[in-house]
Amino acid sequence: MSERKKQHAFVLYVENEPGVLNRVASLFRRRGYNIESLTVGHTERPGVSRMTILAGISEGAAQRVEANLYKLVNVLSVEDVTFTPTISRSLALLKIEAHDESRHRLMEVVRVFRARVVDLAPRSLIIEITGTENKIQALVDVLRPFGILEMVRTGQVVMSRGVERPASEDGAVTRELSLEAEASASV
Amino acid sequence: MTTARVCGLLLQSNKCVPRRIGVVSRLNRQRSAKGVHGLIRTGAEIIWECLEHLGAEYVFGYPGGAILPAYDAMGNYGVHHVLVRHEQGATHMADGYARASGRVGVALATSGPGATNMVTGIATAMMDSSPIVCITGQVGSGLIGSDAFQETDITGITLPITKHNYLITRAADIAPSLREAFQIASSGRPGPVLVDITKDAQNGSCEFDWNATEPPLRRPERRFVLDEARLAEALDLINDARRPVILAGHGIILSGAERELLAFAEVTGIPVALTLLGIGAFPAKHRLCLGMMGMHGEAWVNEAIQESDLLLAFGMRFDDRVTGNLKSYARSAKKIHVEIDAAEINKNVRVDVALIGDLRNVLQRLLPGIERADTGEWRARIEASKHESAVRDIQNLPDDGHLYAAHVIHDLWRETHGDAIVVTDVGQHQMWEAQYYRHDKPRTLITSGGLGTMGFALPAAIGAKFARPDAEVWVVAGDGGFQMTMAELATLVQEKLEIKIAIINNGYLGMVRQWQEFFYDGRYSSTPLLSPDFVKLANAFGIPGFAVNARAQVIPALRAARQQAGPALINFQVEQEDSVFPMVPAGADLHKMIRRPTPLVERVSDV
Repeated sequence: MSERKKQHAFVLYVENEPGVLNRVASLFRRRGYNIESLTVGHTERPGVSRMTILAGISEGAAQRVEANLYKLVNVLSVEDVTFTPTISRSLALLKIEAHDESRHRLMEVVRVFRARVVDLAPRSLIIEITGTENKIQALVDVLRPFGILEMVRTGQVVMSRGVERPASEDGAVTRELSLEAEASASV
Repeated sequence: MTTARVCGLLLQSNKCVPRRIGVVSRLNRQRSAKGVHGLIRTGAEIIWECLEHLGAEYVFGYPGGAILPAYDAMGNYGVHHVLVRHEQGATHMADGYARASGRVGVALATSGPGATNMVTGIATAMMDSSPIVCITGQVGSGLIGSDAFQETDITGITLPITKHNYLITRAADIAPSLREAFQIASSGRPGPVLVDITKDAQNGSCEFDWNATEPPLRRPERRFVLDEARLAEALDLINDARRPVILAGHGIILSGAERELLAFAEVTGIPVALTLLGIGAFPAKHRLCLGMMGMHGEAWVNEAIQESDLLLAFGMRFDDRVTGNLKSYARSAKKIHVEIDAAEINKNVRVDVALIGDLRNVLQRLLPGIERADTGEWRARIEASKHESAVRDIQNLPDDGHLYAAHVIHDLWRETHGDAIVVTDVGQHQMWEAQYYRHDKPRTLITSGGLGTMGFALPAAIGAKFARPDAEVWVVAGDGGFQMTMAELATLVQEKLEIKIAIINNGYLGMVRQWQEFFYDGRYSSTPLLSPDFVKLANAFGIPGFAVNARAQVIPALRAARQQAGPALINFQVEQEDSVFPMVPAGADLHKMIRRPTPLVERVSDV
């Protein structure tokens, strides 16, 4: 089945135990699917972690990945949120060469991107930015001519918007309307 | 490896002389104080106590350094331990036990090589959805990760070939994990679970209260609600079909849905094709039974599938060995897939309706809605294509002085009245068994399907005999596969088991030779095989042996073997370059099979 590949986002709740990441990652590995981004962190529930996994795979593959993930004993729930409205964020730290003459222009870029300067040294500064992958990429492109000394990016975290309403009579699950509050900030 | 294991014992004897552990643990047991809720037990004792509670009658295993505490505690409990000759054998025995009984089979081994030797058997059980629990010893928790003697990361190694596995480092975790392991192995789509227990966890003690160790329901079992709309869709397709075929797989047997399948087929009049592992799920003698489908399925079965307008896939997974080329597979057929494992849906073949759930349950839901249909015309068409195949069938040819494996299997079927449990190895004989031994009852053919593990037959038969001590158990193996695990003959004799062995000996690794003949211009690279005198070999183990090389000797030899009170072995010296027909070459269209040659077997030497 050669279908078109698309970036799929999976949100998993897993037990916070040794080896769980390995089990999840192995499921992608054995099928030859490359994980583009993977983040794990604690949740509001003790002992439960949340993973966000992005992988470029076909629709059929995504369905089977979801079903196979669910078969893992340590996986509490799986949701493919590719087609639900979501907020997606990642964070990057960029260490940029900064001299007296360039620092002012850098600050201007930081302001426009709503990024922050979190460290200032005589010859460099560190910029922190949070946003969608596109926004971060745009900042990286703008900063490249200044001289990127070092860069680190987290993977994406994804959360669906609003709250799912119980299925209506026609069986369709609806989601309450919400506004992406910071949308205007994206460049 | 044996040397290594003995060394291991010697090395570890510095720390704890085996005899002394025995004394200490027995003392512990006598001193067992009553705790608040239960008794104080060592981890080793908890293993056996749990196995007793879980109803495990037999454990197939092999001792070694890291599992010594468990072996030392064993004597105080009522579980029968079967000493195997290789840990692969232990896993196949647990597997054979599980397949013959439907209960969980248990295998036990030490760390390192003991654990890695289990890998093949675990993968076999995984591919064929067989519920087994493998318990392995592990080095002390303080040594994990230090490349200690006989340390191996067995939970890492078996991660993709188990349903789940555990590394247990505390005595208190043993009971909950073992209970959960049994639950996971036998629930949903069954499969293997491995529990790796460190030596300090076995030696440590804790309070043990069976009732307090019930595994927590980790999550609500995923409920696939069978909504009425889906069932109605399926029923519409079923009731409108003109040329329907049921594809019955292993899931029927695992779910215990044989009666429901029979009722379903009889009411609808839909003919039933079987997968290799589905054999026995529907009686071979039934008028609606078509036989086995796939690579070595009969021509009429595959043709019926290709021409059908509705396929009802019941507990089967559209393996490449049954579909052939997916692009040309049953193109005019709608497909209904009834399957417990959601991950199988649309994996190989896109289906029109998927009903996810326990097969028996789903069939019970469907049964009230199905209509009695007239499939007479469709069945007559299939019947007509049977005739063409029958004239090519080896059984319908006169005795030409050659001994064919098909004759042996056919005569074995007649002599045992089709009532035996036949455990096969992998290769040509396996396909001939599937074609010529007609199984009417479930769990009477035990064979490695998905992984195709040579060496499976003898150990799996030992497990099957423990599960069904009153049943007549036959091993049917090739000369190649039998030599892979024939050391288990000693296990068979030590346990005084009455198992009969038929070796289909053609002097080749026959199935590979067949592929070389068909697809590699007959270059027989490394397939001619020198074997020991199997009769003498059997005698060396104290097993009576018979040699057969002509058709007329088959039935007398079978009778002589069956009359033996204990085990017996027959070496059938069969036609060397015989092939399994029909054959769908790997990846070819299902209807484009290599047919049996006609006229068969006339050659220069016969004139």
